[in-house]
Amino acid sequence: MNERMIHLEVLRYDPQVDGEPHFQRYEVPCKEEWVVLDALNAIKESIDPTLNYRWSCHMAVCGSCGMMINGEPRLSCHAFLRDFEGVIRVEPLANFPIERDLVTVADDFIDKLKRVKPYLIPGENKPIADGEYRQTPAQLMKYRHFSMCINCMLCYAACPQYALQPLFLGPAAITLAHRYNLDSRDGGREERQQVIATNEGVWECSFVGACSEVCPKAVDPAGALQQVKVASTLDWFREHLLPGAAK
Amino acid sequence: MSRRPFVRPVSRTHWYFKHPRYLRYMSREVTCVFIGAFALLLLCAVERLSEGQAAYESFLAAITGPWSTLGLSVVWIFAVHNAISWFNVTPKALPVQIGEGFLPGRFIVAAHYAAWILISLAVLFFAGVL
Ligand code: SF4
Ligand code: FES
Repeated sequence: MNERMIHLEVLRYDPQVDGEPHFQRYEVPCKEEWVVLDALNAIKESIDPTLNYRWSCHMAVCGSCGMMINGEPRLSCHAFLRDFEGVIRVEPLANFPIERDLVTVADDFIDKLKRVKPYLIPGENKPIADGEYRQTPAQLMKYRHFSMCINCMLCYAACPQYALQPLFLGPAAITLAHRYNLDSRDGGREERQQVIATNEGVWECSFVGACSEVCPKAVDPAGALQQVKVASTLDWFREHLLPGAAK
Repeated sequence: MSRRPFVRPVSRTHWYFKHPRYLRYMSREVTCVFIGAFALLLLCAVERLSEGQAAYESFLAAITGPWSTLGLSVVWIFAVHNAISWFNVTPKALPVQIGEGFLPGRFIVAAHYAAWILISLAVLFFAGVL
């Protein structure tokens, strides 16, 4: 198996010692088929055990290994070393505070996720004896791609609106709200609209589209947010121009 | 262990130089300045028109000439850039589901171009150019 020397520049930050983060250079022998995460694991195992970063699945499923790789938000388990030339710069996900080294503080995102109620809220409460809530394949396709989100936060790291206005609910949270709103088994749209059809919700979005470009799961959050804008605008017209119209 | 999360500073004025995709976005946003300027010019035209034929003709004379042509061409380029960049993203905002699939985005984009051409032809027709 081919091996080659890879040079990584990793942003380090130790809250006990450092006033601010600084880059540290590593040289690590890597196999041809390795990803950036493998290189970090090799560093941790044999060069510098103090390096901190998050990961779990190593297969683009858990969403925990997001980092800035050469300035681009990427899953480090999905970023093949063979696609890079020269020194690879690895930094913690942008737009989130750095806890330590490549580990960020994700509390803000988790909190926003909770606020949009990302779960089914049944419109009618059927007794269990009446059986399951059924759905046709066409009803499933309506929201399926939006349900592929792995909460990796790459879209937040790419979003300049979130960088400038941290109160912005952000791409993934609003997309998940939209995913449940589109679900034929759900009746919680009105509750979610209170949270997402607001200035800090979808109206903070100016359709830069960066979120969809970096999303590793082709969720297309930018599309979801524009659809929420269209639906919320229609709500407004219905409310103001058609008094008495059912929502 | 005490926590001391480090917040990286964000430039409020230069952020869009950080990535080509931000510059592309800004190039779309900046078109509004030129389109806004043209809208003001149109408003002036309407105002002068309401003042009578002589006023309107002197207005037309004032905006004729090489510099005006150059300025209007710049506005036109920005307007076209605005239209194209928005048309190309319309499938995201207006997906059309047919059964279990979605209409390919290029048809939605094409429909916008077709409407653009038809409306432009209609305007030229009513203006007596065609
Ligand atoms: S929308 Fe995409 S980029 Fe954003 S958190 Fe979900 S999977 Fe990650
Ligand atoms: S380690 Fe799970 S997504 Fe990368």
